[in-house]
Amino acid sequence: MAVSARSLQLAVFAGLLAAAPLALPNDYYINILILCCFNALIVMGLNLLMGYAGQVSLGHAAFFGLAAYTTAFVTATAGLPVWAGVPAGIAVSALVAWLIAVPTLKLQGNYLAMATLGFGIIVSIVFNEAVNITGGPSGFVGIPRLKLLGYAFTSDTAYYYLAAGVLWLATLVSRRIIDSRTGRALRAIHVSEQAAQAMGVDIARHKRFVFVLSAVYAGVAGTLYAHHLTFVAPSSFGFNFSVQLITMVVLGGMASLWGAVAGAFFLTSLPEFLRVFEEMDILIYGAMLVACMMFMPSGLVGGLGKLAAWLKRKLTANPTPGQKPGQKPGLKADSRG
Amino acid sequence: MAELLPELLAVRGVSVRFGGVQALTEVDLTARAGDITSVIGPNGAGKTTLLGVINGAVTPLGGSVRLDGADLSGRPIFERAAAGVVRTFQNLEIFSNMTVLENVMTGGHLHAGYTLLDSLLRTPRFRREEKRLAALCREKLDFVGLAHKAHLPAADLPYGEQRLLEIARAIAVEPKLLLLDEPAAGMNNKETQQLGAIIRRIRGELSIGVVLVEHDMELVMDVSDRITVLNFGRILAEGTPREIQDNPEVVAAYLGED
Ligand SMILES: Nc1ncnc2c1ncn2[C@@H]1O[C@H](COP(=O)(O)OP(=O)(O)O)[C@@H](O)[C@H]1O
Ligand SMILES: [Mg+2]
Repeated sequence: MAVSARSLQLAVFAGLLAAAPLALPNDYYINILILCCFNALIVMGLNLLMGYAGQVSLGHAAFFGLAAYTTAFVTATAGLPVWAGVPAGIAVSALVAWLIAVPTLKLQGNYLAMATLGFGIIVSIVFNEAVNITGGPSGFVGIPRLKLLGYAFTSDTAYYYLAAGVLWLATLVSRRIIDSRTGRALRAIHVSEQAAQAMGVDIARHKRFVFVLSAVYAGVAGTLYAHHLTFVAPSSFGFNFSVQLITMVVLGGMASLWGAVAGAFFLTSLPEFLRVFEEMDILIYGAMLVACMMFMPSGLVGGLGKLAAWLKRKLTANPTPGQKPGQKPGLKADSRG
Repeated sequence: MAELLPELLAVRGVSVRFGGVQALTEVDLTARAGDITSVIGPNGAGKTTLLGVINGAVTPLGGSVRLDGADLSGRPIFERAAAGVVRTFQNLEIFSNMTVLENVMTGGHLHAGYTLLDSLLRTPRFRREEKRLAALCREKLDFVGLAHKAHLPAADLPYGEQRLLEIARAIAVEPKLLLLDEPAAGMNNKETQQLGAIIRRIRGELSIGVVLVEHDMELVMDVSDRITVLNFGRILAEGTPREIQDNPEVVAAYLGED
């Protein structure tokens, strides 16, 4: 795809993120939007790992949580400034990911899925049991709000623009990695490890890199989350959330950046829209998921691409006045986003 | 005369077991620079396993693999690619999630002279190198006659063209030695003839040594300088195409079948 089309997509995305708060009926919803950005950040990292490189992590919520608790500890317990807590949180996520990656990614097969599953469960237990440090099941309270370079992000709108800016930057970074030799190597590994290696790709190193990178994305989201809510509890970082993240990756569309964003925003905000159905909400949520998977097996973004192609065919088949038939070939759904 | 050519590849005393199956027993293979060296033998003879031993995908029980005198034994696959050994696959291993050109550019992975930081900052070096690499890879596609399909999804190519794409991707690594595993499988007569010409040009124009595993005897006899015959994991015979065709043991064990 042409470079200009890529740039255009990023510009449109920036515009949408900037305009989103203006479309909200009241201030309550800005918090959901912030949550959407955090989740999209984690899902984008997870999509680089799963959708592009084909490696499965069943414990990504733990990296999110490790970073959140680390910065909580550094700032609230140790009393250090936020600008020290945030990098510390991200670094802990990255370091732990690296420690998991080194032994497991040397082996062939799905050892990463198993290792991250076990890791996620252990971390969840530690969050619950290390009461002296984490506050246990009732949570860690009194985390300071974010303050950077003397600016305190006191309003939710300011915090939203920070989260949206970080998400946009992460999208740019992801895009640039994907469209490079590293990105090609990762996609090659997904399809054929044998062939990737035969071309000179050090697959263990690339898998390690993308796994640590995905933990960094989750870590960034975790630290921003902690300083936004000023309170964290273990229930936010359990196995359920890891599964939800994977659902967002798959629902949005594997190996698609915009799919990651769409999946995260859709599934994060959906429960809010379903609230009017009261007890029925979980049923409708489930039914919508099943319907999406059935009718859009390649994800939201792929599904919308196909819908656009279908509409275009319909329109060119019955040309309306002012429209020339058969001008352009049908829109092709770009599964790589 | 042939003795004057330097040894490019020297496989010595290689044995491989898969559980209860003795896939190779004390196999030697020599390929000289500028030669097309073929390995033939019935299904299950161990030809693919031998290519795996050379490129590092299969670990032998013993023996050695040398390229240009350097010992490659025990080194991982990607290091051997950097050292100059590249292969294609009998069961096509095309990167189906990429375009044709991107497949070949993945073959050029080692020749993209920029770092991750260059990609993140989109430095002039990144742009220059990606452009150079794309041009180089288009040449490789042109070499096998697929330049006009550069931007198609690789998975959309017909079978025979996917085989050519594997070759283009492999020569983009710019190896010293290319291992081809049944490149004519699934090709029609005309495609096989074109393949023969391409294999000759790989040796002639690109100066890459070729080890060819192939069932199509017409192609093998046509392009090979030397032929090694494997049977049940052992070497049955070695010689020129003429010598192999006249070898009664080979005819009985293998060539007689067809
Ligand atoms: N990965 C493997 N695991 C177990 N057995 C194998 C494996 N690869 C090959 N073999 C066996 O080794 C023998 C040689 O196979 P192969 O090298 O593929 O033969 P060829 O390429 O000459 O047809 C066969 O008996 C095959 O079944
Ligand atoms: Mg074989």
